[in-house]
Amino acid sequence: MTTMDRLVGAGVDRIDGPAKVRGTAPYAYEQDPGEPIAHLAVVQSTVNRGRISRLDPSRAEALPGVLAVLTPANAPRLGKGLASDLPVLQSLDVHYQGQVVAAVVAETSEIAKAAVGAIAVGYDAEPPDVALSPDREDLYAPEKLMAGFATDSIIGDVDGALAAAVVSIDATYETPTQHHNPIEMHTSMARWDGDSLTLWDADQGPHNIVNDLVTGFGLDAGQVRVISPYVGGAFGSKAFTHPNQMLAAMAARVVGRTVVYELTRQQMFSLVGHRTPTIQRLRLGADPEGRLTAISHEVVEHTARIAEFAEQTATPTRVLYAAPHRRTTHRLARLDVPPPTIMRAPGETPGMFALESAMDELAVVLGLDPVELRIRNEPERDPERDLPWSTRNLVECLRTGAERFGWAGRDLRPGVRTEGRWLVGTGVASATYPTRRRKAQCRISVDGAGRYVVEIDGSDIGTGAWTALTQIAADALGTDMASVELRIGDSRLPFAGGAGGSTGLASWGTAIVFTARDLRKQLDEQHGGQPPAGGLSVDGELPGESPHAKTHSMHAYGAHFVEVRVDRDSGEVRVPRATSVYDAGTIVNAKTARSQLLGGFSMGVSMALHEGSVTDERYGHYVNHDLAEYHVATNADIGEIDISWLDVDDQLANPIGLKGIGEIGITGAAAAVANAYWHATRLRIRDLPITPDKYFRELGES
Amino acid sequence: MDSQITLRVDGAAHPLAVDTRTTLLDALRERLRITSPKKGCDHGQCGACTVLLDGRRVNSCLVLAVTVGDAEVTTSDGLAVDDVPHALHRSFVEHDAFQCGYCTPGQVCSAAGILAEARAGWPSAVTPDVAADTVELTDDEIRERMSGNLCRCAAYANIVPAVADVARAEGVRR
Amino acid sequence: MREFRYERAADPAAAVALLAAAPDGAFLGGGTNLVDLMKLGVATPDVLVDVRELTSREVADLPDGGLRIGAGVPNADLAADRRVRERFPVLAQALLAGASGQLRNRATTGGNLLQRTRCGYFTDVTKPCNKRSPGSGCGALEGVHRNHAILGQTIAGSDDPATCVTTHPSDMAVAMVALDAVVRVLGPDGEREIPIAELHRLPGSDPSRDTTLRHGELVTAIDVPALGMPSRYRKVRDRASFAFALVSVAAALDVRDGVVRDVRLALGGVAHKPWRASAAEYVLRGMPATEASFAAAVESELEAATPLRDNAFKVPMARNVVVRTLLDLAGRDTERELA
Ligand SMILES: Cc1cc2nc3c(=O)[nH]c(=O)nc-3n(C[C@H](O)[C@H](O)[C@H](O)COP(=O)(O)OP(=O)(O)OC[C@H]3O[C@@H](n4cnc5c(N)ncnc54)[C@H](O)[C@@H]3O)c2cc1C
Ligand code: SF4
Ligand code: FES
Ligand code: FES
Repeated sequence: MTTMDRLVGAGVDRIDGPAKVRGTAPYAYEQDPGEPIAHLAVVQSTVNRGRISRLDPSRAEALPGVLAVLTPANAPRLGKGLASDLPVLQSLDVHYQGQVVAAVVAETSEIAKAAVGAIAVGYDAEPPDVALSPDREDLYAPEKLMAGFATDSIIGDVDGALAAAVVSIDATYETPTQHHNPIEMHTSMARWDGDSLTLWDADQGPHNIVNDLVTGFGLDAGQVRVISPYVGGAFGSKAFTHPNQMLAAMAARVVGRTVVYELTRQQMFSLVGHRTPTIQRLRLGADPEGRLTAISHEVVEHTARIAEFAEQTATPTRVLYAAPHRRTTHRLARLDVPPPTIMRAPGETPGMFALESAMDELAVVLGLDPVELRIRNEPERDPERDLPWSTRNLVECLRTGAERFGWAGRDLRPGVRTEGRWLVGTGVASATYPTRRRKAQCRISVDGAGRYVVEIDGSDIGTGAWTALTQIAADALGTDMASVELRIGDSRLPFAGGAGGSTGLASWGTAIVFTARDLRKQLDEQHGGQPPAGGLSVDGELPGESPHAKTHSMHAYGAHFVEVRVDRDSGEVRVPRATSVYDAGTIVNAKTARSQLLGGFSMGVSMALHEGSVTDERYGHYVNHDLAEYHVATNADIGEIDISWLDVDDQLANPIGLKGIGEIGITGAAAAVANAYWHATRLRIRDLPITPDKYFRELGES
Repeated sequence: MDSQITLRVDGAAHPLAVDTRTTLLDALRERLRITSPKKGCDHGQCGACTVLLDGRRVNSCLVLAVTVGDAEVTTSDGLAVDDVPHALHRSFVEHDAFQCGYCTPGQVCSAAGILAEARAGWPSAVTPDVAADTVELTDDEIRERMSGNLCRCAAYANIVPAVADVARAEGVRR
Repeated sequence: MREFRYERAADPAAAVALLAAAPDGAFLGGGTNLVDLMKLGVATPDVLVDVRELTSREVADLPDGGLRIGAGVPNADLAADRRVRERFPVLAQALLAGASGQLRNRATTGGNLLQRTRCGYFTDVTKPCNKRSPGSGCGALEGVHRNHAILGQTIAGSDDPATCVTTHPSDMAVAMVALDAVVRVLGPDGEREIPIAELHRLPGSDPSRDTTLRHGELVTAIDVPALGMPSRYRKVRDRASFAFALVSVAAALDVRDGVVRDVRLALGGVAHKPWRASAAEYVLRGMPATEASFAAAVESELEAATPLRDNAFKVPMARNVVVRTLLDLAGRDTERELA
């Protein structure tokens, strides 16, 4: 494919860039519905479990400018079959703190928000049950995990092998509840025209949202249109429908005009999901040379009482290292918490923190270079599925990264390097993320002048899909980018799954490649290679998984090397530099891909050092529910990051040869930081985030 | 309580009625539909709403519209003169200093702010000697000064060179 | 947000008169704290009297080499003022360590001084808090209080109306306390001067009151007397920037011939008010400027600490950063710096 070489791989500037830097690209709130917009604000439950005993909307209803107050008593009935917390205002029962118990629609946002304060609600409540512990008696094994993974995997005699191991590690790691907090808050703006609904929405894939609206409002798919061309970050929280879409549509129907619901930042901590906290026990057994004999990874995490979400936390442990005896398990506690959801590399992110920390601890016991330990445990085939790899270059990532970072000659001893008041250390961790693709449909039309329109309901949540898909299309069509008009982010476009699971380019890009082939074939065979005067339109489809997915194990890989500095007086932590090297297959756009990898890794640093939603177990809420108190990394927290990738591709995964890059960057990043922290200080922090107070805790001073 | 005010935004005057409770950000986004500044928290915690008020960067979500008077409001969009992108716009695109783009107009306004602050010799929390006559926008200075603008996509490592290039061109960096 | 009337006054006296007539009203400075709290429903004024451009926006020289800082001076301008940077680096550094560039552009000196606590129960109207809602109890005492006070709290049980264990969030105020600033106030009964150490209070039996100001008293200026010794501010926080202090230190040290002639020490992030470390200062004066003396001095101050379940780390953290800050200052020669 010679045309493939022209644009795919080039570091093309984002085509949506000029509009985004000026702020003129319209996000959900900023779309023009063609009529005045009414504003919605919500009343949220202040208890975690119970029943509304009193709800008086009359004071709010009486306020000038209030158009309607929706409560469980008067809200339109939604269709049966909505899952989780989507049956909004359908019952008096309360299942988590923050659940919407009433909504106000008003002429302005000021009026709507003020009216919320005028609604008095009483509850018959039970004490919240929100504390996760491995000692809970009610832990249970879910039927299966997210994305269809098996709950447990057991191979060989793990306990026997652990007991017999010459060297072993037994440690428990904890990661806290985390919230996605994209900077654009979830926003839905609904307009009804008769029985047709238009929803301008902040989501990761319009088609994902349509089904719930169809179910909820008893419509045909053709009566719902969801439009989301520009999305201000998502990270998983915008993958599925949340109460905001239902509420906006419901309210717009009631007041008979366009209604917008923009969540507040505080509401982002209860209404749109979170990453479950995890408690992970890791046991590793090895021979004196550092070859693993046994791996055991047991996960305890939570789910909501109203919806099961079983995060696949230990699944990376099923593929990363060789060992004859192996076990991974997942147990859940059903708590009075809002429904958890997927968050950037769900499973891999917390799971890799535990696994890659444990590997570091094992290297310490063995007195072995942690890079070398990983190389010694490189499996030839997928150790659990017993399949060949499609491509796997983890060792190459580790070696290349070590060289770029200047790893050679690293002193294994911890706590021996200082620079002024800083304790300095370095750490390493592997990264991995599954390579998948999903069903996607596409339409490509060409006019008589050779201008192409490519239509697919893909989504750009910041990934660069606008640009990368245009590059792929231009190459596949044998034309330049200026001749291709891409249309994405609209459920009227041909079906595609949302952005998620790092499958976007693999799915949408492949669908485009297939459709372009068909189009070119038709042009060649029926039109002498020239677009007919009246134009031509071709529909194509990518059926789903790669035909090789059943016979090959497909994953992206990477290696992170970081330097950490810890202030010996205060315990403050800095990450001045890092190197990451990836095996992510073909890189479609060198510029936007680098940004994705950079962003993923930086979010991992943020997770390592800052992030955690702190629960008050008495009142059952997240105390730090805003961006002043839920800390994410600031600019000053991120140092110099050297990102590179191996020049490889994976033709078994898809014809473009790419593996997906949205999530691989965050996996393993937190472990690399924690490992470097140990190397700097001798202190092993096994519970994230690594805040300064823990320095004193580990020193035994507090 | 409604109040009649005139906002001067990006060179144009906009008479409008606002509630005394209306913030400058909501007056722009909700009333005037000038949506270049974004809302990311509504509490001064993220910087997405940053605009220049008489040339100084502020969080428009915490400024009540009735207090603005005849101060000139400049958004990122307004930094483009006669539709020609500002040097910061070009540099942000070139360095891919954003991903979703939602924090970006605020970042751009903030960057314009720090260039002016550096020209005026203002120190920052990382300036070794706060009494020094001039400051140079080193990478560390840019990081610190841009830290009131959160980027959840974490484009930070690209924002720094994007601002640095313009700083160099403007003589506040070697 | 509750509806309110917005007022501008012709002069400070008129502003004071306006507020005297409005028991539920408030002065509005930059609004970066007040508007935030109004959105949360924590503050519910029915009248706002805008004093941002009414109080002086000037920094004026005082005859003794000190400065008179108008209450309307933006935090950013104060930090950038050449005289502040040269004579009171501790103040410039404290300001620059606070909030963000854009907040500092809007926030005023008066407002900064009077900003309210960041306790997560105070800012959440659905949870108990004696400061926000007297008598409702203290959510933090047995709740999430990692970043709460270790000194001077009122600990009388979660349900006791006197309990409050929070901190004052201002960085600037910590420096002002170390500098012995004097707050100039105009009230319905005329002008008065309040030594800053007497402005902020401990919770005592009434956590609802942060300060000794009376309703309707307008801060017009802050006088900072001449210092005459090197000074600096050091802030420890959870992330590298844009976060409130876990612990902070404002220090000034005058060392001649290896002996501490004078010292000023105030701590932030440890108490309901900026904490003047008078005990440590007393111990240090006349002592050799060594690490051992610094450590002994700060220990004597922190002996009184009564940390909560989850914030005992602040004791060694405060100790370490005080010692380090004093060592940094001791490494400098006062005579030469002042020359
Ligand atoms: C996200 C965020 C992070 C922050 N981080 C920090 C930080 O790290 N360190 C820090 O120190 N601060 C921090 N701040 C707080 C910030 O410094 C204050 O909000 C600001 O200084 C308040 O000044 P203002 O003029 O805006 O006050 P306003 O909000 O206008 O007023 C605050 C209070 O003072 C009263 N008031 C104002 N002026 C007068 C006057 N002249 N006389 C009498 N009463 C008056 C008001 O009635 C009100 O009660 C942060 C704020 C935010 C939003
Ligand atoms: S510590 Fe003070 S501010 Fe916090 S909840 Fe208790 S009383 Fe309220
Ligand atoms: S929206 Fe104003 S700072 Fe976040
Ligand atoms: S580009 Fe997405 S938040 Fe900054």
